[in-house]
Order: sequence, then C-alpha cells, then structure tokens
Amino acid sequence: MGTGFLGLKKIGRLNIIMETSMTTWLKKAWQMLVKGSDDNLAKQSASEFLDLGAAHVIELNIPPSDPLLPYLTRAGGPVSLSSLDFDSPVVQSLRQAGVKIVVPLINQGELIGLVSLGPRRSAQEYSTDDQRMLATLASQASSALRIAQFVKRYRNEERERERMEQELRVARIVQERLLPKQAPDLPNWKISAYWQPARAVSGDFYDFITFPDGKLGIVIADVTDKGIPAALVMATTRNILRTSAEHLVSPGQVLAETNNLLCPDMPMSMFVTCLYALLDPINGHFIYANAGHPPPYQRGNNELAELRARGMPLGLMPDMVYEEKEANICPGESVIMYSDGLLEAHNPEGEMFGLPRIREKLAVPECGEALIQCMLGELSNFTRPGWEQEDDVTFVCLDMLSYPYQMSGGGGEEAERLLTELVIPSEPGNEKIAMEKVAEAVQGLNFSSKRLERLKTAVAEATMNAIEHGNQYRTDTPVHIHVIASKSKLRIEVMDYGGASLPEPETIDLESKIQGMEPPRGWGRFLIKKLVDEMNDYTDGTHHTLELVFYLPGEKL
Amino acid sequence: MNQAFHATLRPIHSRVIIDLQGEINAFANQELQAVYEQAENGASKTIFLNFEQVSYINSTGIAMIVEILKKARQSQRRIVAYGLSEHYIEIFDISRLSDYIGIYPDESAALEANS
Repeated sequence: MGTGFLGLKKIGRLNIIMETSMTTWLKKAWQMLVKGSDDNLAKQSASEFLDLGAAHVIELNIPPSDPLLPYLTRAGGPVSLSSLDFDSPVVQSLRQAGVKIVVPLINQGELIGLVSLGPRRSAQEYSTDDQRMLATLASQASSALRIAQFVKRYRNEERERERMEQELRVARIVQERLLPKQAPDLPNWKISAYWQPARAVSGDFYDFITFPDGKLGIVIADVTDKGIPAALVMATTRNILRTSAEHLVSPGQVLAETNNLLCPDMPMSMFVTCLYALLDPINGHFIYANAGHPPPYQRGNNELAELRARGMPLGLMPDMVYEEKEANICPGESVIMYSDGLLEAHNPEGEMFGLPRIREKLAVPECGEALIQCMLGELSNFTRPGWEQEDDVTFVCLDMLSYPYQMSGGGGEEAERLLTELVIPSEPGNEKIAMEKVAEAVQGLNFSSKRLERLKTAVAEATMNAIEHGNQYRTDTPVHIHVIASKSKLRIEVMDYGGASLPEPETIDLESKIQGMEPPRGWGRFLIKKLVDEMNDYTDGTHHTLELVFYLPGEKL
Repeated sequence: MNQAFHATLRPIHSRVIIDLQGEINAFANQELQAVYEQAENGASKTIFLNFEQVSYINSTGIAMIVEILKKARQSQRRIVAYGLSEHYIEIFDISRLSDYIGIYPDESAALEANS
C-alpha cells in the first residue's frame, strides 16, 4: 500500500492526511487515536505525518443532512467511494482530494470518526485482505477514540466545574458582605445572629437596620429554593426592604411595599418568607409584621409565646396587607427568630425536627450565642453525623438584659412611671428639642414657672454636653433621655456613649476667666448642679448617664 | 425651632446699645463679638446689652458674655444689661456675671442709672 489518508470526524470536520506509507500511517494513526481526538493533538499528529514528507491535511465539513453520514453508520466496514451512487457534496470533495476508500469508526452505533485512504501505490484496488485489516484497525481505533472523547469531555466538565466553583466562592463572599458584619451593640441588649447556607450561597438572610431615633429594624427572611437563584432573589429583597424601611416606619407597610416592588420581577414559583420587626431598645417595644416566615418566640419567666402575625410571603401577589402586632420585651426575656432550615431538618428516619422539639429545646436557660449553639447542638444530635444539610439555617436572638432606667414599684420603693423617652440625634442645637419635649412631659407635675425654667436649662445643658462631649457629634450615636416620675421626685436620665465618668463640677472662678487666665467656657455642669436638686453620674464603661433629680412640690427629702 | 441670632448697634445720645435678638448659643458667637467690637470703636465708656428679645441663652452663650467682659476689662468699658427674664437673671446670679454687669429691668432704668 503506497498512499494513506486519515480522516477523523469531529463535529462534522475531517482531517485528511495524505501521502505516507501505510505502515507508518497506521502507527501514527494509532498514536493519534490513543492520545485522543483533541483538535490540537490531531493537528500535531498530522504535522508529524507531514514531516514525513508527503502527508497533508484537508479539513472537510460534513453537514448532518449529508446522506454519507447514515450510509457510513450502517456500512459495517470500509466503503469504496466508487461504489457510492448518491449525490453528496462531501463525497465529491473526498473524490477530488483523491480519496478512494473510507473506513468508518463506529462505537455503540454512532459514527465517531473516519479513516480515509487514497489509491494504493501499486495502483491496484484495495484487496479484501486490505479491507479486513482496515476493518480490524477501525474496530480497535473506534474504542480508543471513544475513550479519548470521554476523557476530553471529562476534562472539559472538570474545567467547567472548577470555574463554577470559583464563581460560587466569589458569590459566597459577595453574599456574606450583604449580611451585617456584626450584630448591633445596644446598651442593655445582647443581639446575636447565625447564618449557615446549605450550599455555597444561600436564600436565607438577616439584616439589622439602625435608625436615627435609636430604633432597630430586624429582618430575617428565606427565599424559596437554594443556591444561585435564591441568592439573587435574596440580594434584591434585601435592598428593596432596606429602601422601604428608610422611608416607612410601620413594619406592615414596609413588607407591603417590598412585596409590591418584588412581585413584577419575581421568577415563577419563587417567593420570600420574611419577618420584619422594629425594636425600641429603650423600653423593649417590639412591633412586627410577618410575610409567611416561621413565627418567632418570645421567651421569658418559664413562658414561651409564639409571636404570630398574618401575611402572605413576598413576591406572590401584589397589594397584600400585612398584619402588624406588638410585644413588649422585658429584662431577662428573649425573642428568638429562625428559618425553616431548623424546623424542617430531617433525621435518617425521615422524622422532622419540628416545632414541638424547638419549643422543648428553647426551655434551656442559655441566651444569645449560647442559645444558638445549644439549638445547633440539638440539631446535630437529631440529624446525626454525616448529615447533609438540607436547607439554609439562620438564627437571630434578641436578649434584653435590663432597662436602661431602673423601674421600681415593689419592695417598699416608690412606684415610678416613665413619662417620656427621647432619642435626640447628636447635632448642634438639638438640646432645645430635648428641653421643650421634657418640659411638655412634666406638664402634669405642677412645676412652678421658675422651677420649670431651671429644669429646661438643666436638661438643655445636659443634652448639649452629651451631644458634644459624650457623643462628639457622631450621627450614629444619639442621646437617650428618659423622664421618670415617682410621687416624690422627677428623674431625668440623659445617656450618651461617652463611657467615662465626669468629675464633680468645681466652683468657677469668673475673675480668672475675665482676666484670660482660664478659658471662658466650662459652665455646663456647674449650672446644672446649681439648677437641680440632685445631680448624679453613672457609667458602665460604654455609656455615661447624667441623672437630674427634682424633688416634687410638697415632698421633703 | 431654633431662632436665628441678630445683634445690632443702636447709638443713643453719647451711649451705645447692642440690641440682641434670638438665641445666644454657639451660632451667635461670630456676630455678637463683631458687633461688640464695633461698639468699642465708639467713645462710650458704657455699653448696654439689650436682652429683651433674647429667648434662650445656653452655657456657650454665657461663655460669650464672659468673652465680652474680658474685652471690656481690657478696653476699660462698663457692661450694662437689661431686659433679662427672671430665669436668666438667676443664671447671671449663679454664674456671678451679675457681679460684673449692671443689671436693670428695662432700657430707661439702665440709661438713667448710667447717665
């Protein structure tokens, strides 16, 4: 045999190597087939043939409609082009390239390649023995080629998987950045959160939104499904909800607006369950609305209450109304929010973790992160080792440690009542707002106009000090004011984030100030001390409270 | 609502009155000191501060009045105040500003006592 052609069909393309000895060609063809059907390898091998001096490559495209394809699939062995009597552009091309005989490479009934040969050097026709040998070669080559194709597909899939895993790692980082970096640090509160996606990214999320008046917005939500689609909906929901919460106060209205904005773009069969609550950290007042999320629990004093509020999940139907409920969280009480990844976790027997188990486990005395770890331990015991997490798991816990002000009433002490509480942004001039509002709050206490003016100036000075010195005009740290009355006295607590206790005001040497030996300022605490009946400082290292006490008329203390 | 501060000079005979209006707090400092310095440019040895239209004075405002007293000491001027509310008279007493400033109920009393 003098002239050889090799054709490898790959996605309708033929590589034809011409003019080499049959023996060398077979060896090279075999090497090429064993190495795989990668185009680069094929071209590299073809180049090696060409280096032998006589081979070259012709590429042909075989359209799927070409009758040659079904013919070769059924041929069962080498096919002489001269025997083909149908019209085929590819056959024409092969003939023009000098091809005399083609050997289909068939594997599992599929044409996976083609060996094409030119005329024998002896100018004789291919013998029956030649064709038998070619058929044997084709049989072995097709198996090797198929393996090579599998290897290549596997490599491609592996590369694709690595690329997707890398994208998921980035998506996870992006998603984690959408979550709060840390729980808010509120005086007299312990706030904790936990988030564990079932996959690289999650449909669960939680959020904390701080407002200038000191209130805290709390979100816990769960997007149906998991992975990338859920994560995309999560990011959208979070942003819409934050935007709504910025201009709406009512949790029900926030959810209603978020729902209306989400609905037009929500993919079919996806929705978001979401609890949104507004906490007043001063008195534990908790207003909440729920869009189909598992209801949170309020825990305290050996009691467990489910905080239910009606509402459809977000993104299903527009113009939904969300019921708004209220609760009062007292010192020592907690609110525990969670996602259904806990509720609906299954053990190997197919039993669900379920609400009764959650209620039972919440009876532990722990709170905050310890409580979350306790619940996760129970979940781990329930699902047992080797559990593949079914759904994202998220917790948010709010624990009220104590009131910022000391409410009393029993044990022989006088009962106190909170007349008002104020959160004053730390901006210059706002001390007048505090002054006027406190004056309004004490209207029923029969202060004389003289004492009322003293009270107003004392409150204004205390607030001004808190804004300027305690909070240093930081916009994220307001001044908290509580006005508390008992039968015998009025207490006004002005709390800032200054932490350190302040020295007792000294008597001011005005002459030194006039002579320029002392700065003209420094009157605030001196005046307060002179205007009130008692002035007390408290600090917990983080917050500083100045307490102004006025004895009420008729009471001698 | 915070009320803007205004200070204007009002010469009367050979004396000068500074009519104060609004709130005397940190926002008032620049204008108050500037108008006081204008008042010192005149020959009057007594400078009258009219507080009748002043609604609020805070501790920063007190410090600003101390600053005026310091300037007056240096220029050998006498400061007289009138129109203060009962509460701010008490504040002037607590701070001992009233030891350094003559305090009168109204303009005629102030002018008559310092003629």
